[in-house]
Amino acid sequence: MTQPASPARPITEKSPPTDGDKRPWWSFVVRADVRTLSLLGVLAALVVIGGITEPEAFLDTDNLQLILTQASVIGVVTVGMTFVIISGGIDLSVGAIVALASVWATTVATQDYGFAGILFTAVMVGLGCGLVNGLLIAYGGMVPFIATLAMLASGRGLALEITDGKTQMVTVDGVLKLGERDSYVLGIPPLVMVFAAVTVVGWLLLNRTTFGRRSVAVGGNAEAARLAGIDVRRQRLYLYLLSGLCCGIAAFLLIVLAGSGQNTNGNLYELDAIAAAIIGGTLLSGGRGTITGSVLGVLIFTTITNIFALNNLETAVQQIAKGAIIVAAVLVQRRTATT
Amino acid sequence: MAPEPPLLTMSGITKSFPGVRALDGVDLHVQAGEVHCLLGQNGAGKSTLIKVLAGAHQPDDGTIVWRGDEVTLRSPIAAMRLGIATIYQELDLVEGLSVAENVYLGHEPTAAGFMVRGRDARASTAALLKRLGHGEIDPARLVGDLSAAQQQIVSMARALSHEVRLIVMDEPSAALDPDEVDNLFRIVGDLTADGVAVVYISHRLEEIRRIGDRVTVLKDGRAVAVGLPAKETPTREVIALMTGRNVEYVFPERPVRDREETPSEPVLVVQGLTREGEFAPFDLELRPGEIVGLAGLVGSGRSEILETVYGARKPTGGQVRVDGRVLRPGSVRAAVRAGLGLAPEERKAQGLLMLESVTRNVSVSSMSRFSYGGWLDRTKEREAARAATRELSLRPDNPSVPVRTLSGGNQQKAVLARWLLRGCRVLLLDEPTRGVDVGARAELYTVIRRLADEGLAVLLVSSEVPEVLGLADRVLVLREGQVVHTAPARDLDEHRVLDLVLASSPHGPTLAKGLHGPATTEGSPAS
Repeated sequence: MTQPASPARPITEKSPPTDGDKRPWWSFVVRADVRTLSLLGVLAALVVIGGITEPEAFLDTDNLQLILTQASVIGVVTVGMTFVIISGGIDLSVGAIVALASVWATTVATQDYGFAGILFTAVMVGLGCGLVNGLLIAYGGMVPFIATLAMLASGRGLALEITDGKTQMVTVDGVLKLGERDSYVLGIPPLVMVFAAVTVVGWLLLNRTTFGRRSVAVGGNAEAARLAGIDVRRQRLYLYLLSGLCCGIAAFLLIVLAGSGQNTNGNLYELDAIAAAIIGGTLLSGGRGTITGSVLGVLIFTTITNIFALNNLETAVQQIAKGAIIVAAVLVQRRTATT
Repeated sequence: MAPEPPLLTMSGITKSFPGVRALDGVDLHVQAGEVHCLLGQNGAGKSTLIKVLAGAHQPDDGTIVWRGDEVTLRSPIAAMRLGIATIYQELDLVEGLSVAENVYLGHEPTAAGFMVRGRDARASTAALLKRLGHGEIDPARLVGDLSAAQQQIVSMARALSHEVRLIVMDEPSAALDPDEVDNLFRIVGDLTADGVAVVYISHRLEEIRRIGDRVTVLKDGRAVAVGLPAKETPTREVIALMTGRNVEYVFPERPVRDREETPSEPVLVVQGLTREGEFAPFDLELRPGEIVGLAGLVGSGRSEILETVYGARKPTGGQVRVDGRVLRPGSVRAAVRAGLGLAPEERKAQGLLMLESVTRNVSVSSMSRFSYGGWLDRTKEREAARAATRELSLRPDNPSVPVRTLSGGNQQKAVLARWLLRGCRVLLLDEPTRGVDVGARAELYTVIRRLADEGLAVLLVSSEVPEVLGLADRVLVLREGQVVHTAPARDLDEHRVLDLVLASSPHGPTLAKGLHGPATTEGSPAS
């Protein structure tokens, strides 16, 4: 790092700011792009639809809390997924990691260590799986699709091996209590607070840190990033570690929510998380994406599921609606991207 | 027959993009059988104009008259149906398909409406390639396996596979060796003899003089000269039209200094650096303030040497030292840390983050300077990026614009600003003015020379001999991966360098391919 007697002095002198440098703090409201606004619009429309079709059941506080709680688990996974996709990768193993972490953290042996044991195990299993993914992809030169597909298969297999297909009930009071109404603060479930915290940290990480910049650079043009002196491989490793960490946190939330660990947990989370990121405006080819968009994507999906359930519509119809939303979102983005 | 109507008359073509008026009432008249050259700086509107002509852009205003009838070119297919074919600078071939499949992509000869008649396609492709002087290219080969020059030929064959009356060629000679260029000119001659018109875009004025009939010059989205005679118009006048000023000289003067008295320590020392199969052991000492140029043909190993010094390729032997410390071989990060910076040959693919702003492109290598424990100070970052881009007079003077909206010269400045901001000490420049027009080149030369005067050491690779001779203090001439001559630039002239570069060698497949007819398949150096 040291540059002895550097003759070409680095640029340090200040230059007068020009227009557009100083913006009032509230300018983000104005600058909110078409995509974010349209996602908010869709979410608002869904709330209206929910309110009209099932005015009592939908707008009930319990129900709104339920929506947010359900969004929390997949939401945390989606934040990690968003980073991976922005960097030009993909993580198909998130659902399997959630399942594996949730059953490993709820074995009888782990539960002996209480609250901390469960939390620690869930997070460590998530990080461990992320480490394997990251090493295979960054240093083993494997294609992310293949490496994480392998992790999906073996993670699910290991989860089945651990549980033998049985549901593992949680007996630690502290964990169970977190999911109960008594722990709500100002009506907000602790799970939702974790989701909010992960979202905020994720947003800051992406928009305000060198880590975020490097992730975007690697996804936008890996070769240019390498030639600019970024350690692309290490960055990739970190990104899959981050995704694994998010899965570990999500697994813990799921344990709290369900009061148990099951090897079938997190089924198809990979698809939901990818879909939420995509409708949130993340480019599947990498280089562009936002946490805000992804979180709105998650909220939209969860709200739809809720409304359909309240109206006693079949899961099949639900799936079709989700598919239609993905297509619509991408079409809208294509249009706005060209302007 | 009445006086022949022009083949193509474009009048008052206007096209705006957000924030930019790319074309502002441009006229272009092309006669059948002529070579009409289109000149202009980057950003002058050439690309936009040919995209309008190719049906890829719709003009906001203006008319296009084709063989006496006003037409609207709604799509590239519509343009192709009329007989207008375009060969873009960035080749649009599918690497995973064969030559014949590429040539007939979209209009495959079929049986029963859908069965591709592969044999017919291959036979007519072979005929086309033969006509283009490249009968040695096997129509069944994958395009991805061909050299850049051969791909260019395939692209041309594709254009000719349609009934063409007008071919637009966007810098067709950029990727070609001198003898390939001769072949290109022969093809152009054959085409015009058949009555086909060619719209030829090039930055090389001498080419335009050789094959051009008339010249249209664009500047800032306007045609500043329409249909000048290509051979009679003085070069000075053409350059003046393009740049809006008379160019007395394009290269900045070398500083007068007495090296005998002040021998500064070399900042970069390369010893015996080797990559087997690419270049022989390479030695170099580079001092602060010095510009050393590597001259050589494509395949002479010049870019490979540069990239290996930078650690982007792993050497099979030798070492690189900066300030006496040995760099870890094959590590770009070690090189960057030690103070090296590379402006790569493929600016868009290797140099820039095209989705990002100028600021982020400039700051990407110095982020630790604006961060505390990973936390970015974005105000500081923006100011530093602005200072660096101002230092290089990057236009527009607003680093928050996306880098993809800049012209080629300004994109190159963004790359240079990145290293300037980092405080880099050795600048490696690979084809720094590729795709940069004459006017902006002079400015880049001035910038590079000034950076050297301020103490930077510069290693320059260029396929344009005048550029190396004009800019460098010392020149290393490369042939087939070996340095064949080293001399101060002032002791060399263009003829001498070309002689050295082209000198026949008893064991050179690279050169044999270049000079003596058809390529041999074995040991093709093109990647």
